[in-house]
Amino acid sequence: MSFLEFLNFHLVPGIVLGSVYAVGAIGITLVFGILRFAHFAHGDMATLGAFIALALVTAGLTPWAALPVAMAAVAVVAIVVDKLFYDYLKARPKIMTVMASLGVALMLRAVVQVVFGVDPRTYATGIVRPDDYFGILLRDRELYTLAAVVLIVVGLTLFLRHSRWGKAMRAMSDNPDLARLSGVDNRKVTMLTWAIVGALCAASGFMLGINNELQSMMGWQVLLPMFAAAILGGVGRVEGAVLGGLIVGVAEEMSIFILPAQYKAATAFVLLLLILLVRPRGLLNGKVL
Amino acid sequence: MDLLGLANYAVFMAILIGIYALLALGLNIQWGFTGLFNAGIAGFFAVGAYASAILTSLPASGRLGGYELPLVVGWLAAMAAAALIAWPIGKICLRFRSDYLAIATIGVAEIIRLVIRTEGWLTGGVRGVTGIPRPFGDLDYMPSQIAYLAIVATLVLVAYLLVERQVKSPWGRMMRAIRDNELAAAAMGKQVEARRLQAFVFGSALMGLAGALFVHFNRSVTPEAIDPMIATFLIWIMLILGGSGNNRGAILGAAVIWIIWSVSELLTDRLPTEVAVQAKYARVFIIGLTLQLVLRFRPEGILPERQPGAPPHR
Repeated sequence: MSFLEFLNFHLVPGIVLGSVYAVGAIGITLVFGILRFAHFAHGDMATLGAFIALALVTAGLTPWAALPVAMAAVAVVAIVVDKLFYDYLKARPKIMTVMASLGVALMLRAVVQVVFGVDPRTYATGIVRPDDYFGILLRDRELYTLAAVVLIVVGLTLFLRHSRWGKAMRAMSDNPDLARLSGVDNRKVTMLTWAIVGALCAASGFMLGINNELQSMMGWQVLLPMFAAAILGGVGRVEGAVLGGLIVGVAEEMSIFILPAQYKAATAFVLLLLILLVRPRGLLNGKVL
Repeated sequence: MDLLGLANYAVFMAILIGIYALLALGLNIQWGFTGLFNAGIAGFFAVGAYASAILTSLPASGRLGGYELPLVVGWLAAMAAAALIAWPIGKICLRFRSDYLAIATIGVAEIIRLVIRTEGWLTGGVRGVTGIPRPFGDLDYMPSQIAYLAIVATLVLVAYLLVERQVKSPWGRMMRAIRDNELAAAAMGKQVEARRLQAFVFGSALMGLAGALFVHFNRSVTPEAIDPMIATFLIWIMLILGGSGNNRGAILGAAVIWIIWSVSELLTDRLPTEVAVQAKYARVFIIGLTLQLVLRFRPEGILPERQPGAPPHR
């Protein structure tokens, strides 16, 4: 295999997939770090976002114009889900919220299946030929995906570092009691976190859908890689989630060199167990809950 | 439906309730008494199912098996196989909060599903394993069903009595202590990790046994028979609704949820085909919602946990 073939058929798809995982993993790491529980409805929330975008595309919007609307819609969904199903469990052991989120996962998926059916769908029909950039083959949608991911990551990092509310989120992640004592309104920060997480879910679901196809199970199937990415990078660390996402994505695409192709989905699991075994804080030294 | 048909159906349901009761008891050891979140119940169930199927089935070309070993060997092997899968996972994940175990068990169930589908030489791939013997399978339909029900009921009773005995023993008190206040239990010299691992492995073994009972009842097993998430979730609801931490609650929850689930299936099957598919997924929505409602309005379940010497539930 030539170097270019390796690049085009393994590395580039790995990076595209990895950056989609990264967007999902950022959401997981925010919930894990700030609200302190493993959010199992994350994947199915992404599915919901992808299908909301599909409804908008069917209504006449172009896919990339539908994305921000879908992000806003799922942000609202996430806040509502929190108010209905997670908020009242606050005072009880966090694992109860994990369980509730598993139930929410099933409910969201059932909604998608009832409304949109279970057949695979796509945003646009027809085959798109990749363009040649000095030997590297890229489709437009892959370029846009990478650009959108960079935009999201840079924007979110700036927001968390410099804005008032971003600092409040980080404070709550470090120590919720101390943050409350310093005048941070935990309720508002929780709401803001869910809005951001919902939007990120929709974005990851949309990018997953546009680079492949939409299926009602697709979110559940990427839940494990996204969790692996979040823990690999270090829980609570946004840049860690990006790094973890890229590693998991590239590793999945590379796995076919050592594993039969059917076991691609096992890569994330192996990485997860390895990191828990040797460095549970993750590569960038996150939290261990 | 005539009376005989109804009786047949009742026995059939009772057998499945018994199998689910074993699963719920296994989960009760893990979640109810120890606070471990196992989101991969279907995986351990499948491992038990295939382990026993391969060891006891008739020979077939193209896959391992046909050892025609006695049933008891198959059942013990089912428990051992599930326990063997549980052990390393528990070893790695139980050092952390239960969230990590939950994530890892989702992964385990997924990998087990992949292996079952892919490794045809072991599991028969999508065709599955057939020719699995059934105890008293040579009798007529009804006596054979009743005999199997007796076996399942006996095993549930034995499992119930054993778990109940364990829970009332100092071991059970220690487990609850670990669940309710890990730091205090550790300070009293209890080996938190090792104890949790015990509970995780025991519970998984029971789930493996349930898998074995299921395949010997059906005489065959295919990958489709085990839908990871729905199966796992049903068992969770059984335990939470019945009353986690209460073994009778686990069994009661298994019966209640399984009856509701099957009756709702009978109803949706009668719907016209246009809406039947939607109704199928609407059922899933409703079980998700049921969990939320139970968690919100009756988190202790129908039969709350009894804590000797403690005031009634908060």
